[in-house]
Amino acid sequence: MSVDLTTVKRVASLARLAVTEAEAEALVPELNGILDWVEQLGEVDVTGVEPMTAVIPNTLRLRDDVVTDGDVRDKVLANAPQAEHGFFAVPKVIE
Amino acid sequence: MTESTYRIAGATGDWEVVIGLEVHAQVTSQAKLFSGAATAFGAEPNTQVSLVDAAMPGMLPVPNRECIRQAVRTGMAINARINKWSRFDRKNYFYADLPQGYQISQLYHPLVGEGSLAIEADEKAGIAEEKVIGIERIHVEQDAGKLMHDQHPTRSYVDLNRSGVALMEIVSRPDMRSPAEAGAYLRKLRAILRYVGSCDGNMEEGSMRADVNVSVRKPGDEFGTRTETKNVNSVRFVMQAIEYEAQRQVDVLEGGGRIVQETRLFNPDTGTTRSMRSKEDAHDYRYFPDPDLLPLELDDTFLDACRASLPELPDAKRARYEGLGITEYNAAVLTAEVETARWFDALLEAGAKPQQASNWVSSELFGALNRLGKSIEDSPVAPAQAAELLALVADGTISGTISKQVFEIMLETGDAPGKIVEEKGLKQTSDTGTIEAVIAKVLADNGDKVEQYKGGKEALFGFFVGQTMKAMQGKANPQIVNELLKKALG
Repeated sequence: MSVDLTTVKRVASLARLAVTEAEAEALVPELNGILDWVEQLGEVDVTGVEPMTAVIPNTLRLRDDVVTDGDVRDKVLANAPQAEHGFFAVPKVIE
Repeated sequence: MTESTYRIAGATGDWEVVIGLEVHAQVTSQAKLFSGAATAFGAEPNTQVSLVDAAMPGMLPVPNRECIRQAVRTGMAINARINKWSRFDRKNYFYADLPQGYQISQLYHPLVGEGSLAIEADEKAGIAEEKVIGIERIHVEQDAGKLMHDQHPTRSYVDLNRSGVALMEIVSRPDMRSPAEAGAYLRKLRAILRYVGSCDGNMEEGSMRADVNVSVRKPGDEFGTRTETKNVNSVRFVMQAIEYEAQRQVDVLEGGGRIVQETRLFNPDTGTTRSMRSKEDAHDYRYFPDPDLLPLELDDTFLDACRASLPELPDAKRARYEGLGITEYNAAVLTAEVETARWFDALLEAGAKPQQASNWVSSELFGALNRLGKSIEDSPVAPAQAAELLALVADGTISGTISKQVFEIMLETGDAPGKIVEEKGLKQTSDTGTIEAVIAKVLADNGDKVEQYKGGKEALFGFFVGQTMKAMQGKANPQIVNELLKKALG
């Protein structure tokens, strides 16, 4: 698997990353280098080896259905560039 | 299976419509899917938001066991395969109502696999016989926040109270062929969810909403290209959206155009849909397993407990009622809403006879509640009192006519029927001597009619019954009145 300049630009745009033309061009070989390196793993014979989801055997822990959090509006809004009447206020995003 | 005969007549012949529904049902829980913030409807903006829901850096999700349990129970109620191993994935996109920049959902390994539900025959709606609608999967995911666009001229307001609330996405197969079938499917699904208690089914508050997939084809052809109309929030609107969208597609195709696979919006004011014109790559969600969450593994103990906690479901209840001699129609009416079924079960438990009770509930009780603008949960008359009233009719203490009068007083005063009958002296008279005396007077006062009756005008019998009952203020035992009248007119 490899990426070209178009893919790099597209992925950057999907991730909302502002990447200049020069940066995008530099990223193509860098990303391909990483992909090649990861692809080497494909050379390992894993016949009969169970897929592993974690290094330490562990299971997903669940919480009880109890309200233990919230009611921290000031904290939640603290970093908002703009907040009004308890809401985040953002540029109009109506479709 | 008989296929639906619903067709859209076009210039080039008849078209068939193919419908699939993705229903988002809010899971009934105190806390959110991955945080301890509350889920109650209508709170002040951003007061039910934890730092997890606001996606502050470093916050980690921990799933709520109850949300998983409710989704599993829902799966069991539609006879679906429950996947003991499932996993959460990230669906990546940017929008102002999604602080994480991704929604935690389940794409590759959903919690619930293939199931189905049956919609009943409804001739008036063009559903000739019972039809099974396939359900592909149910997965668990986070809801987004809420945007308000009408509060400020240049800003949208964001409320994250709903952000992170647990949803079940229930994905049907494209098995429906008419707006009526889609409506019946939604109503049935809603009933099941409410019986199970996994979702309150309140479409007005948005706890149940549907994405409507519609395509058209000539009968027998391959599926056509579909469009998806998002977030439709009532059964009626879903049916309207399908009607409009199917007709629009037929018009486009017959006009030489082609259908673009796209997302559309429904406008409830006009009953129309319009394209959201989203950018083409907006649907590139780059799903991948959420690295913050291990796979969800369920054991048999958990699943057994889920199964054991399921109530009697609508289909089983309906069959049981029919087995008790209740008409098909009444059985359907009594089981459509879980509150009605609960009330009726309590009535039966209090000793009421099924047939008599079912007729009484669907006519007298529903009539009264309708008039009072009350739901059955707020019925002024409790099941036990109603059972007592019905027993008084069944054992002949009062007549059916008098029972209506007693019921009215019960609605007003909340008094027990026995007490009302006693106090107002409404007991039915079965004393033949008294009734005979009244009959004699009625016949004597209506000599002309007696002549006509004897001359062959037998329809007048009802007149004599009526006059006798009237003279006795409805308190005569009607059966005995009949017998004695026949004898007297012999």
